Amino acid sequence: MAVRKKKKVAKTSSTKKKVAKKKVAKKKVAKKKVAKKKVAKKKVAKKKVAKKKVAKKAVKKKVQIAKKVIKKANSDKALFDTMLELTRVTSAEIPDDVQKVVLKALAREEKNTTAEYAMNIIQANIVLAKKKSQPICQDTGTIHIFVEHPVGLDQTKFRKITEKAIVKATQVGYLRQNSVDSLTGKNEGINIGPGHPDLHFKENPKRKSVKISMMLKGGGCENVGAQYSLPNTELGAGRDLDGVRKVILDAVQKAQGKGCGPGVLGICIGGDRGSGYKYSKEQLLRMLDDTNPHPDLKKLEKDIVETSNKLGIGPMGFGGKTTLLGCKIGVLNRLPASFFVSISYMCWAYRRKGIELSNKMEIKNWIY
Amino acid sequence: MIKLEYPFTKDKIRELKVGDMVLISGKMFTGRDAIHKYLHEGNPSPVDLNNQIIYHCGPVVLENKDGSYEVKAAGPTTSIREEPYQWEVMRDHGILGVIGKGGMGPKTLEGNKKYGCVYFHAIGGAAQVLAEKIKSVDNVYLKEKFGSPEAIWELTVDEFPVVVTMDAHGNSLHEKVNTDSSNKLKSLL
Ligand code: SF4
Repeated sequence: MAVRKKKKVAKTSSTKKKVAKKKVAKKKVAKKKVAKKKVAKKKVAKKKVAKKKVAKKAVKKKVQIAKKVIKKANSDKALFDTMLELTRVTSAEIPDDVQKVVLKALAREEKNTTAEYAMNIIQANIVLAKKKSQPICQDTGTIHIFVEHPVGLDQTKFRKITEKAIVKATQVGYLRQNSVDSLTGKNEGINIGPGHPDLHFKENPKRKSVKISMMLKGGGCENVGAQYSLPNTELGAGRDLDGVRKVILDAVQKAQGKGCGPGVLGICIGGDRGSGYKYSKEQLLRMLDDTNPHPDLKKLEKDIVETSNKLGIGPMGFGGKTTLLGCKIGVLNRLPASFFVSISYMCWAYRRKGIELSNKMEIKNWIY
Repeated sequence: MIKLEYPFTKDKIRELKVGDMVLISGKMFTGRDAIHKYLHEGNPSPVDLNNQIIYHCGPVVLENKDGSYEVKAAGPTTSIREEPYQWEVMRDHGILGVIGKGGMGPKTLEGNKKYGCVYFHAIGGAAQVLAEKIKSVDNVYLKEKFGSPEAIWELTVDEFPVVVTMDAHGNSLHEKVNTDSSNKLKSLL
């Protein structure tokens, strides 16, 4: 466009120059008139050209709008397909970092024990679910979706399309009919309702593309989550890292195998009761082999896993060497008056997948 | 590995001990919250449960065009919710096995002893492996009344893998692991 404009300007100025030259060379009135006529003719010609241009522009605009509508429809369809595929894969396939620790746990258990027996069946189930593209566990859980996006994403539309994809995923069996009205007990069978799915948006002006993480968290493990308020006199837990350690280990002992262990803990120190639990779940988005940047927390994470595995609770609570597969701890500020430790337990059927989108809303690459 | 085959008998059941890894072949009947409450209220069972095994499971079942059924997922559900009713079902209906996950409490343990029953723990979350062990769906009861997941599904299974965690002699693996881990934790804090 810029180049075209320049040309136009150049043309007009050269015509003007021509007119001026004529004026200077032939000062006779008659000739001036002729010259004027010429200029007038030229002006008419120019107007015609301009009119044509306007008409062309209008057509172009119409075409552009139509193209945009098609593009929008295409990208809506692409986003729908993307969310459906993300749901299918999340439900049927364990992320690589989790698979690695499951295999390690299987190798660690003693041969011919109930613990090894349980880990063998767990591993066989992981392989079979992927092969059959069927849910790893029949409890396909609460659907947590975390969206990190550049400025300008239409969140309302994103939510609508995501809900559509979830309904479809439920119809084709990637998800169980898993969302129940808490007052009436009614299950609409579509997995949509107040709080479902659990969708979070975060705008990040530095991001160039949309990043989506999905996590499916079942009821069995959600039920053994716990929140402690420090100090806790019964456990002798004060408002320091040692107190935090005590309540976490207490939660592990109380959970036994009921959360379908061996599991992974997501923990938040601080925050209020709401933000604490939410942040504890966000810890579960971290890779199992990442390193906590805070040296004290890094140490605590390692200590919790090692100490828990000494408790002998084992897979499914049958007894054995693996009680926890991992522990991830984050921190939020708190009020001076409160000190919460919020603990989310994730079962071995740790379903979390993530993707980055292309600007056509297609899957560009997988995270996890 | 112990193989338990249909028809099941109380004698065979009493031979099992906590920690035994068992492969069950034969029949089992699903039953969860609605059924347990229904039986507890004194309603008759639509099928004879004498010497049968109840499986705490709400399976995902597809109905084929020819009217037959196919089990898509069949992992265990948490058993402790049936703790108030389970011993009664043992007493009144003569079941000799319960399959579930997470274990049960003292009432069930007492019932096991009194009526000759065991609690088998299936692997929680292993929906696909366990569904593969189901060879046929032979019947369904009370589906109209309670809906598919809460109905009684009569299944034939082949080498269905479980662990005995509460036997007929008053032993509970859950109790033991809980006590041991609690003591261990005290020593580590
Ligand atoms: S806790 Fe996890 S593995 Fe166990 S039944 Fe629930 S979703 Fe499945």
